[in-house]
Amino acid sequence: MRKLVLAASIAAMTAGAAAAETVRMGTEGAYPPYNFINDAGEVDGFEREVGDAICAIANLDCVWVTNDWDSIIPNLVSGNYDTIIAGMSITDERDEVIDFTQEYFPPDPSAYMALAGASDDVVNGVVAAQTATIQAGYVASSGATVVEFSTPDETVAAVRSGEADAVLADFAFLADIVNESNGELIFVGDDVAIGGGIGVGVRESDAELKAALNAAIDQMKADGSLNALIAKWFDGREASY
Amino acid sequence: MEMCADPSSLEGINWWMCYLTTGKHQAFYASFGTVLLLLALTAPVVMVLGFSGAMARKSSIPPLRWLGMIYTNVVRGVPDIIFFLFVPIAMDQGIEYFRHRVKCPDVLEPIRQGNDFVVCTAAKMPLGSSPQWMHEAYGFSLALVAFALVFGAFAANTLYGGMNAVPRGQLETGEAFGMTQRQVFWRIQVPQMWVYALPGLTNLWMILIKATPLLFLLGVEDIVYWARELGGSKTSRFAYPHPDWRLYYFAFLLVFYLFMTWASEKVFARLTRKLSHGQATLGGEALKVTA
Repeated sequence: MRKLVLAASIAAMTAGAAAAETVRMGTEGAYPPYNFINDAGEVDGFEREVGDAICAIANLDCVWVTNDWDSIIPNLVSGNYDTIIAGMSITDERDEVIDFTQEYFPPDPSAYMALAGASDDVVNGVVAAQTATIQAGYVASSGATVVEFSTPDETVAAVRSGEADAVLADFAFLADIVNESNGELIFVGDDVAIGGGIGVGVRESDAELKAALNAAIDQMKADGSLNALIAKWFDGREASY
Repeated sequence: MEMCADPSSLEGINWWMCYLTTGKHQAFYASFGTVLLLLALTAPVVMVLGFSGAMARKSSIPPLRWLGMIYTNVVRGVPDIIFFLFVPIAMDQGIEYFRHRVKCPDVLEPIRQGNDFVVCTAAKMPLGSSPQWMHEAYGFSLALVAFALVFGAFAANTLYGGMNAVPRGQLETGEAFGMTQRQVFWRIQVPQMWVYALPGLTNLWMILIKATPLLFLLGVEDIVYWARELGGSKTSRFAYPHPDWRLYYFAFLLVFYLFMTWASEKVFARLTRKLSHGQATLGGEALKVTA
């Protein structure tokens, strides 16, 4: 009986595939160049383009929604949207709650940023990180004092105001900020490799969607379009796909 | 606007004109409307819930009285933030659960699968294929109910206090004229209680105005969310790069909230004066002397 229902629902799925299925893409919208809300008020960035390309290949009708980073996983599992595409590294802890597709962005080292003139010791001082990120977990276990903020922008503001000695975040996010700070902000200490690559988060019960997304990412890796998008958004970075 | 096509070439007043009219800023301005709409819709619902709660507490039927007691005491005792996180999720999942039972009776998979809450596509509320504004309107309605439930409990207690503050002699006079309990309640107690309840209700209104940023917890993008988002420092990835301007955006919100407070004070002062006429209170006596 169960098999019959399954077969019936698969038949229903494939029948519905002609009329594109609506998939709600959840993102944070505050982490350039991965994802941000542009001046027109729309979701923009590397992940917007990757997501739109995936949806075109998989013939999905995608709608973009933003959600606070803090509650981005709970709102996925309760069904407010169907994917998380928000620069989320694949980790074992997250994998227990949700599923990830294969990575669409390779593991990227995290970097420390501080005010110009800071010594490398600041990485053991008061370090800012965004709540519920791999960086926050790393700082807490590194022996430094962690101060958490709910948005990435606030972690940077904390360093500028002197509330924190340094901030730990993805290198690509900080690179723009350091480059445009007129020398006020610098990278300090050694980069740290934490977390895996970045994948699309889906509900554990959503196996079909996961398979469709994986197939689309496979295709983007094979035809080089993913590498092109990475080079476009991350200053000509060479990717290995 | 035509001239805003290339923001990097703009300077001075033109830059500001274009910057302040971006799509993102328009969303910010529109969110003031969202907040005002929430206040305008919540206040009457709060009054109805509060009045019903107060009447239930005064009821001579024990179960109704217990219900009123439980509502006012439980809701007032639970921290707002927990309530705002719990009520919308519980309501949303409750609605979807019933829709799933009705619309997809032949789906045998359980709704709770590990961490996931899975209902069939037809039971989604709103449907996954609905336009984004329907999702936002739905989120807004859930927020409205949560706000009304919380503030209704406080209003119930305030109105209950107001009812009990009406001097016993006033009610006895009504009884002496042969009025029924019902008539005494509606014709004497209710018209006179407002002046006693008003200070408490004024407090509630002020707290409600200030509580609207909690909307963002419920997924509604309110003025504080947009002020933080617009004020945050912007690199040249954005068309209008600027340093951290949150201070100015928050200062603007400060002015807005103070203006709301000031305008509310004016309205409540007039209302108090009006309600005090002919009342056997200090305020009412004072009016008699000056008149």
